[in-house]
Amino acid sequence: MNNSRRTFLKVAGVSAFALTTGVAGAAQAKIIGTYEQGDKALKAKRWAMVIDTRKFTSADDYKPLIDACHKAHNVPAIPGNQEIKWMWLDHYDRVFTDDMNANLPDKFKKGMFPLLCNHCTNPPCVRVCPTGATYKMHDGIIAMDYHRCIGCRFCMAGCPYGARSFNFVDPRKFIADPVPNPEYPTRMIGVVEKCTFCAERLAKGLRPACVEAANGAVMFGDLDDPNSDVRKALAENFSIRRKPSLGTQPGVYYLI
Amino acid sequence: MYNKTYVLAGIIIFVALFTTPFWTGIMSGSYQRPAVQLPANEKECVEPVEYMRAEHMQLLNDWRDQALRNEARVYVSSTGKKWEISLQNTCLKCHNNTTEFCDKCHISNSVYPYCWTCHIEPKGKK
Amino acid sequence: MVERLLTGSKRYYMWLGFLCLLILASFCVYWTQLTEGLGVTGMNRDVSWGLYISQFTYFVGVAASAVMLVLPAYFHHYKKFKRMIIFGEFMAIAAVVMCALFIVVDLGQPQRAMNVMLHPTPNSVMFYDMIVLIGYLCLNLVIGWVTLEAERLDMDPPKWIKFFIYLSVIWAFSIHTVTAFLYAGIPGRHYWLTAIMAARFLSSAFCSGPAILLLLMFVLKRLTGFNPGEEAVKTLTKIITYAMCINVFFYCLELFTAFYSNIPGHMEPLIFLFAGHGGHVAWVTYWMWAAVILAFASLAMLIPPSLRDNMKLLPYALGMLVLASWIDKGLGLLVGGFTPNMFEAVTPYVPTFREIMVALGVYAIGALVLSLLWKIALDVKKGSGHFGEGE
Repeated sequence: MNNSRRTFLKVAGVSAFALTTGVAGAAQAKIIGTYEQGDKALKAKRWAMVIDTRKFTSADDYKPLIDACHKAHNVPAIPGNQEIKWMWLDHYDRVFTDDMNANLPDKFKKGMFPLLCNHCTNPPCVRVCPTGATYKMHDGIIAMDYHRCIGCRFCMAGCPYGARSFNFVDPRKFIADPVPNPEYPTRMIGVVEKCTFCAERLAKGLRPACVEAANGAVMFGDLDDPNSDVRKALAENFSIRRKPSLGTQPGVYYLI
Repeated sequence: MYNKTYVLAGIIIFVALFTTPFWTGIMSGSYQRPAVQLPANEKECVEPVEYMRAEHMQLLNDWRDQALRNEARVYVSSTGKKWEISLQNTCLKCHNNTTEFCDKCHISNSVYPYCWTCHIEPKGKK
Repeated sequence: MVERLLTGSKRYYMWLGFLCLLILASFCVYWTQLTEGLGVTGMNRDVSWGLYISQFTYFVGVAASAVMLVLPAYFHHYKKFKRMIIFGEFMAIAAVVMCALFIVVDLGQPQRAMNVMLHPTPNSVMFYDMIVLIGYLCLNLVIGWVTLEAERLDMDPPKWIKFFIYLSVIWAFSIHTVTAFLYAGIPGRHYWLTAIMAARFLSSAFCSGPAILLLLMFVLKRLTGFNPGEEAVKTLTKIITYAMCINVFFYCLELFTAFYSNIPGHMEPLIFLFAGHGGHVAWVTYWMWAAVILAFASLAMLIPPSLRDNMKLLPYALGMLVLASWIDKGLGLLVGGFTPNMFEAVTPYVPTFREIMVALGVYAIGALVLSLLWKIALDVKKGSGHFGEGE
């Protein structure tokens, strides 16, 4: 009895394994088409952004940029500290935490500066993500697949720039109905989100929403192309980045 | 074998309960394919209808990965026609009545995808 | 051996019933978290991990601590521990179960948890943490079951199990090292970015885990009369004392590096934890100072042999030690890691009632698993004549 029971269990186990793997094999996708990048798509080896903060005199000047971003991506307006932010403002000492100079001009002591995802060359968020829900694309954009995100928030702990937001509550309750941009989805409860450098707009040949709204005060282009706007701006002006000592190589530069 | 009658009775009851889906399936007659409402003004989907009926979930899965991860946002179908990869802006532009299209089959097959928690459900339905 | 769960005293059933009620109640609370989202917790955009992850971290330590019995018994043939080993291994199983649950309740999309296996990402420490925890759970299940079965049949355990026992010793170190790497590899979190994190985790685990085990063994002795053996208790207490000394020493090393170097990033979390921020003292400050007092008080009672061997005082000393290590790792670690936040500002975090209820539920499940496993172990020991204080 004992022996036959053992054999039975063995056979049952092996056949269950064979069956499930067989089923899994059969479920493989049969894709009959091919894929390509759109003709109009803007292309780059490494997208980067240069924000000319000298052209913004007050926090109000940044408002159109933030509104354009949050409208384009249906970002909810959640009150309190469980909020969602793709682009936002903070004081100089909060943005550039390494610069501990107490005797700065008023513009820096009191002024506001814009923050967004830095699309790092060495992104810690990508390094820590346990599912590959956040990843680096060939053009340097750090993107997210909200379908795959399990909401573990390791990326939020990992990001040194506080660029990531978690949907603590259902975001739909905090977005107008109909949504500001019906072409773009919203997010769902329990996933992390952040700025995408408007990858969906680049694919259609459009520059990022904030860049368009900035009337030339924010440049966007290929950092690997010496003739690009961003490279020219960086060659002619003094620029800084957030927390450069961490080696993440942020892709967002500030002219100050 | 100990307690032969109880063991056998137990096994029979278990098997009977375990196979209830099959029994109820057989009893309730043949499966009627739900009458989905196809878009009125469109003749052609991205791929032939048989393929879409069987593989649309795999295709959507692949579309998502190609668009989000490879920046390949154009699908060249087996007939050579190009389509923008987007559930919201391509699929739902024609299939704008989800109750009469998506839900029909999904409900009768007991699958409940949660697309509309993120993607905007078209207002085409009445 | 499972059939032994079905026969027990009235008290045993009442205890199980109580635990089940507690689990049910906290499951109802968890249900509200599932439907309303993690917004029901005190976590926020800047303090994005809280009580759940800190409890996960603490119980990885408890799980790893079983090695403090296994290592002397199998590497050094210290026979006195053999009576107690099975309880340590079963406690490790309960602790790993709790760890897994604390991760699940922390997820925003728990139904997608299997994505970690479906899309393996070897660049993430979380991936390795999953592997080592599952491995450790399996190792302890196999080892515990096989050795207990051998004891029931009054035979020597099969030879092949030795390999797994040796493996489990190394594995135990790995689970807590990898858990420390979750924190210690993150740039920009000053409190965590320290090479001594894994060593601190291990030392705190090797004092608090065995201390919890001893306290539970004392309860067991009260309830069932099972005596782990005075000699074994004294030896384990010595191990606990050494580990606690090292733990406190390691913490002091952090203090030195932070304050002598005078680098603000290193100092700020410590200043926040022990002195608050901008004239405001956070709730955690009281806890941190309590931990300091409890840690030194427990050491004062554990270091002198005359006090350490006093079996009346020992439970109090161990209790204080457990509380101190729990505050350090179960509260301070997370709050200090997220404060100051990425903008060098302070965002407060206080666990909410529902968050605490869910955590209590996981504790109750851990207690349930532990009770059932220990019940089996005790009954087997009774049946095989290893219950009384023999040898």
